[in-house]
Amino acid sequence: MEKRVTFRGWFLPLCLIAPQIVISAVFFFFPAGQAVWQSLFIPDPFGLSSQFVGLGNFKYLLGDPYYRASFVTTAIFSTLVTLASMIPALFLAVLADRLVKSAGVYRTLLIWPYAVAPAVAGVLWMFMFNTRVGVVAWYLGQLGYDWNHVLDGTEAMGLVVVASSWGRISYNFLFFFAALQAVPRSIIEAAAIDGARFWRRFFTIVLPLLSPTTFFLLVVNIVYAFFETFGVIHTITAGGPQQATTILVYKVFSDGFVGQDLGSSAAQSVILLGVVGLLTVLQFKYIEKRVHY
Amino acid sequence: MATVELDDIHKRFGAEEVIKGVSLTVADGEFIVIVGPSGCGKSTLLRMVAGLETITSGELRINGLRANEKEPMDRDIAMVFQNYALYPHMSVAQNMGYGLKIAGLPRDAIAAKVAEAAKLLQLKDLLDRKPRQLSGGQRQRVAMGRAIVRDPAVFLFDEPLSNLDAKLRVQMRLEIRQLQADLGTTALYVTHDQVEAMTMADRMIVMNAGRAEQIGTPLDVYERPSTLFAAQFIGSPAMNVLPAEGGADGLRVAEMVLPNPAAITGPVMVGLRPEHLYPDPEGPIGLRVRLAEPLGANTLLHGTLASGEAFTASLAGVHGIGQGGTMLRLSVAPENIHLFDAASGRRLG
Repeated sequence: MEKRVTFRGWFLPLCLIAPQIVISAVFFFFPAGQAVWQSLFIPDPFGLSSQFVGLGNFKYLLGDPYYRASFVTTAIFSTLVTLASMIPALFLAVLADRLVKSAGVYRTLLIWPYAVAPAVAGVLWMFMFNTRVGVVAWYLGQLGYDWNHVLDGTEAMGLVVVASSWGRISYNFLFFFAALQAVPRSIIEAAAIDGARFWRRFFTIVLPLLSPTTFFLLVVNIVYAFFETFGVIHTITAGGPQQATTILVYKVFSDGFVGQDLGSSAAQSVILLGVVGLLTVLQFKYIEKRVHY
Repeated sequence: MATVELDDIHKRFGAEEVIKGVSLTVADGEFIVIVGPSGCGKSTLLRMVAGLETITSGELRINGLRANEKEPMDRDIAMVFQNYALYPHMSVAQNMGYGLKIAGLPRDAIAAKVAEAAKLLQLKDLLDRKPRQLSGGQRQRVAMGRAIVRDPAVFLFDEPLSNLDAKLRVQMRLEIRQLQADLGTTALYVTHDQVEAMTMADRMIVMNAGRAEQIGTPLDVYERPSTLFAAQFIGSPAMNVLPAEGGADGLRVAEMVLPNPAAITGPVMVGLRPEHLYPDPEGPIGLRVRLAEPLGANTLLHGTLASGEAFTASLAGVHGIGQGGTMLRLSVAPENIHLFDAASGRRLG
């Protein structure tokens, strides 16, 4: 039974939801509205005046090969980050779940990377793979592989994906681990008696039961890859080489605050807003149907 | 079809020994009920037979072959769990067919076997439902169906009826017993309910603190309980137990004197089943009735003896005895007096 509270009058309910409304208004609706408004103008280089261009910014962007390339980059990047942060996390969680002794220590250690801020993680990985002083780059050199993510776009992409996923594995691990612990022991035992061995049980029983968690993490990780990886990319590659790691949100920043093209930047952020909104709706509409709550 | 042999089975969890040596030979097709209070190790014993717990020492043989090291799937058993443990994301048909699918049976063979089991359990109309759309009794049936479609050598039941309401429990009890008899499959059934044990078992094991107190047919255990624990656990309401002193003139229980059937001397414990007492104006037992529970067919009288001990009698018919301290004289036939050693609790005579 759902319990509902009925209020007499408007004053109290309004007070109760006011904080949420104020926060949403100040930090989301107002800036989002401004972005939409700004996307209709082209300001002059000094920011003293601006000219109304209607949908001109959008028209220009859609014809811009660099912008279209950034879409592809973003798709590749977010897919890789989501996979690279969820699959290892699930694997580690399965291992931790099998552990009887010292599971707590193992779990705590696995959570640590999450405490590292993305930008700091970026610097960490940047130093490890630095072409001149990086430890990993040096060892790769010893093995005969000439690592240079400053020149090689694929290597740069690999590095930012690893650096972005690394801390995220901890976060996903926590959720997967909790979900695994919540799978009733007797269902696993019933499957064992029914003849399913470990991996068969995992794929036919455990994984379907984890689907609500997997779905939640999918949504959250895609949003993470779209927005929160900015710090990592900024510190490691700054979008280079040759825009190979310029994802949409990084292009918003570099066009707007480095290139000073505020109109185009605003238009990009409006498009980004639409893309993420659309993705989330699609996920809920199509993937959620396959989720067993 | 199989025999199951337990040979001095022990189980330790760390330093604590929870099963202290249980031996049992189950004949092919026999229905064995393992009964005991919470924490007596009955579920652990069943889980060791299932292969869900390791056996610390002793040997388990299924069909004469050592099974200690076998994985659950290699033991040819099926188990019904207390919470049914149905796969929530699968339909009833998928739940029942899962084991067959794993075994690699063709699709139409699985469908045929599932249909057959569904017919037997009256689940035909529910095959497409998910477990959450079923009632408790239906889920119970699906769990049964999942066990029978695989046609295992041994059925294991872990308190399968304890989540059902009283009426359904009585009905399912009959159905399970009937089904097992029809299929002729060896079964081990764990319960804490002595009525289930009495009504279902070919033989029962009364367990207490990791030991088998008594192994025998229900009537054996009822009529000749081998320990004080078995005597008090089986039978409802529970047996009255009083300390007594055996002598040449009879058994002295406080100021009462009962016949001494086996002429045992020294301190003993006397056990009297409430239903074996009958009213007798000359009877040796004086019961001061505090509370009467009329059940229709019989009446339970709770009260105290002159010595202050709590005592219960179950008399046939309705007795219009008031609640407040009526004195009633009772007697008991000598063959219905059970005697136990005061120290060890073992049966005497």
